[in-house]
Formats: sequence, structure tokens, C-alpha cells
Amino acid sequence: MNKTVNQKAWLLVLPVFLFVAFNAIIPLMTVVNYSVQETFGNNIFSWSGVQWFQEVLQSERFRASLGRQIAFTATILVIEIPLGLAIALAMPRKGPWVSVCLVLMALPLLIPWNVVGSMWNVFALPEIGLMGRGLNALGFDFNYTRQPGDAWFTIVLMDVWHWTSLVVLLCYAGLVAIPNDYYQAAKIDGASAWAVFRFIQLPKLKRVLTIAILLRFMDSFMIYTEVQVLTGGGPGSSTTFLSIDLFKVALGQFDLGPAGAMSIVYFLIILLLSWVFYTLMMRNEAK
Amino acid sequence: MRKRSIVPILYIVFLMLPIYWLVTMSFKTTNEILGGFTPWPQNFTLDSYRKIFTDSTWYMGYVASIEYVVLNTIVSVAVALPAAYAFSRYRFLGDKHMFFWLLTNRMAPAAVFALPFYQLYSAVGLFDTPWAVALSHTLFNIPLAVWILEGFMSGVPKELDETAYVDGYSFPRFFVKIFIPTIAAGIGVACFFCFMFSWVEMLLAKTLTAVAAKPIAALMTKTASTSGYELGLLAAAGTLTLIPGAVVIYFVRNYIAKGFALGRV
Repeated sequence: MNKTVNQKAWLLVLPVFLFVAFNAIIPLMTVVNYSVQETFGNNIFSWSGVQWFQEVLQSERFRASLGRQIAFTATILVIEIPLGLAIALAMPRKGPWVSVCLVLMALPLLIPWNVVGSMWNVFALPEIGLMGRGLNALGFDFNYTRQPGDAWFTIVLMDVWHWTSLVVLLCYAGLVAIPNDYYQAAKIDGASAWAVFRFIQLPKLKRVLTIAILLRFMDSFMIYTEVQVLTGGGPGSSTTFLSIDLFKVALGQFDLGPAGAMSIVYFLIILLLSWVFYTLMMRNEAK
Repeated sequence: MRKRSIVPILYIVFLMLPIYWLVTMSFKTTNEILGGFTPWPQNFTLDSYRKIFTDSTWYMGYVASIEYVVLNTIVSVAVALPAAYAFSRYRFLGDKHMFFWLLTNRMAPAAVFALPFYQLYSAVGLFDTPWAVALSHTLFNIPLAVWILEGFMSGVPKELDETAYVDGYSFPRFFVKIFIPTIAAGIGVACFFCFMFSWVEMLLAKTLTAVAAKPIAALMTKTASTSGYELGLLAAAGTLTLIPGAVVIYFVRNYIAKGFALGRV
């Protein structure tokens, strides 16, 4: 759509700007403040320059959390995106079952995040949970509170359970929007199912897939509540992702300086990667 | 029934298993839960639910949750409507930067904001009120609402606006009388998403409340710590938090797919 230049449009955006500025700029400045100051308690602060940033960037602990975070986000993207796409492709396009499918699939998305954590906590308990008991009965030595590998497995499975539906719904929306003519043309040309997918469906889904990857990337990089409730970052620190580590530093130890520096590094990483995704998406749209 | 419908069916079964386990547990006694493995309740009991509906600290948690979620939805969508219109219709100084800046707030990890928010909302005297949670959730819900509404509004041809102005409509009158009814579906979807993200977010909701406005889902952590390990109660409270979500999905079921694509398919 060709838009007209109108500077007065700013007036319409102003309320949003004020709200978000109150919520984003003031707290962000607080974090910036902490990150460059040394505190001795009693609200006495002194300038400390980039000391905290150096400390955070060089600390083994931060690198380990960041590494775990990247591994987690990569794992769930690799599982959820193809799985979501496959399920969307297999779903019926019309008929009474569509609504039923959509409602049931969307259900996990509407569950408060700590309830998701508690739910999986009791579901996977080795003694009394359906999944934990089941796996042990099948001969696996499964105990997510003791073994790091099992904890990872449970968390990844929980995230797949929680969020694959988002990918399904996005892809489904994209698929229904493809006009029927495309399929008819493909049928006349005698195209195989794979060719239909590769040359009609996949290109048409590019947009929604970008949104799905962007949303899943951002949200999985910020994961806190579910994991905190499920494993508390343990056993040991095997599932301590960035947000959990940040919380331990900020509220557990009350090290505001390092926590501030860490917050900013963390935020900048998300911002940078999201900007890359966003630019890609907007370029697609411009075409 | 074609062969490939097995995939969605299996997926839905997988989705329902943990939910089934939670719901069954809510009907068991704590003894039965801890005593061993039973696939369904042996001594069916409603005690857990009875306790929640008679103890005011429990049911008020529900009221508090609904209160801030509704406040948040109204504020977010009301503020986002004019802004989304501006982004979809006009070009103005810094529009693209503004739009991306808004989106960055959707990307901000709540863990980064928890402590500053606590200080900010204590300073303005809103700590432990539904307003604190409602306003803090606008951080990610306003950008989301703007994004969704902009998508839906861009689908409405510009001729609609121009015809209305030619017919002598002023901007506010056009907006309320003609434009809002035209994008009613989009507004419904935006409301759904604001409701959803405010309802599921717990980190900020928990940090910004103490007693009076504690959300129901945050109360669940309390049971685990103060009164031993009352799993039945925990499961009942958890089961009850599923209901509002299910009700809301039912209402938007026909738009849900398009909504998740942010109105731009």
C-alpha cells in the first residue's frame, strides 16, 4: 500500500510511545546505571566504568550459561519448526475437525508458564509421574532430578509440547491462504507431492515461517519460569540458562553491578539476532 | 479417515497426556498421589477443589489474575489502535525506527526487567496492585497489539478512508463508526493475544505482587513451600487455570490461525 507522508500521525503514536517509554526506558536506564557502578550497600554508588562488563564477558560462568542457552534454542528450533510444519501439512483443510484440532492444539499456549513447569514436574517424576514411571517401566533409568541428560530431555520435550502448536498454527494459516488454482495447475502438470511442497507450499510459507522462527527464537532465549519450576536450573547447573543465571546473580546474591552488565549483554545479543531476522523478513515483504 | 490424519491425532494425544495427568491428580487425595502409581483416581475426591473455593486467599488469587489481565487487555488494545492506524496508513519521521523499537520490547527478557520494575512500581506506589502487573505487561503487549492490528489494518483498502472523508466524516467519527467495525475481527484477535500473554506471564506478575494482588498461578508455588507438598491442591489449582484459556480459545477459534500469523497471510 502506498502511504502518504503525514507528520501529524505522530500524535496517534504518542500514547503508545509514552506507555512503552515509561516501561522500557526508565527500567533500562536503571540497569545501565547498575552496570557501570560499584555499590557498597546503603545506596552508596561509585563509578566503576566497564569493570563489570569485562568481568561478565570473561567469566566462565556466563560463557557456560550462554553456551547452554544457545544449545537449547538451537535444539528446540531444529525440532519444533520441521515438526510444526509437518503437522500443519497433515492437518485437514476443511470440515468439522479443523476447529477441534485448532482448539486442542492451542490449549498448551494458554497455560500459565509456571503451571506448565509444575505440570511437567509431576508428569515426569520417576516414582509417581506418568512419564517418569512409564520410561522406567520400559527399562530406561530415567530420573530428571539427578541426571543432567534426563533433565535436558524433559525440558526439551516440555518446550516441544508447549510451543510446537504455535508453529503449527502459523504454518496452517499460511497453507489455507494458498489459492486452490496453484494446486490445480500443479495437478495438470502432473507434479509430485514433493514438487508441490518444494515449489508451491514452501515459498508461500516463507513469511509465516520467518515469523515462527523469530518468535520461537526470542521466546526460547528468554525462557525462565518453566525451567525454574521444573528443574530450578539443576541438577548442578546443567540447565541454568541465561535468565535463570541472571536471576541468581541479581536476586540471589544481590550483585547488582554484574547483574546489570549481564542484562545488557544478554539484551544486546537478542536485539542483534532479532534485528537480523527482522531485516530479512522486511526485505521479503518489500519484494 | 485418511492415512495422514494419524499425525495430528498422535500429536494431540501427546498434548493431552500431561494435561490428563494434572487433571487426574486433582481428583486424588495427597496420600494416594504420594503412595504410589495409580493411572486414575482410586478414591475420587473433590476436597482439593472444595478447599480452593472456600479459602479466600485461593479464590481471590483468581480474581486478581482476571483483574490485571482484563485491565491490561483494555489498555493495550485501546492505546495500540490509533498507533497501528498511523503505521498502516502514513509515513512519518522515524516511523520504521519507531516500529522496530516497539518490537524490541517484545524481545526484552522479563528477567532483565524484574528488579527495575520492582523499584519503579514501588516508587510510584503501585506495588501489589493489579495496575502494576497490568501496566508492566503492556511492555510486551502493546508492541504485539500494534503489530497484529497493523497487519489487519493494512488489509483494508485505503479507498474506505478516502470515501469517508469525502462524505464529510471527521477522523474520530470515521475511526469509531466505520473503521473499528471493519476490523472487528482483528481487534478480537489482538485482545485474545493480549489476554493470552498477560495470563501466561508469571515472572513479572509474581515480582510485582505480594499479598493483595497475587495471581492464582503464583499461589501454587506457595503451597509447595509452606504446607508441605500438597500435590492434589497444586493440581486442582493448576487445572482451574486451564479453564479461562480454553474458554477464550473457543471464542476466537475461527480467527486463531490468521491471528497467529499476525494478520498477514
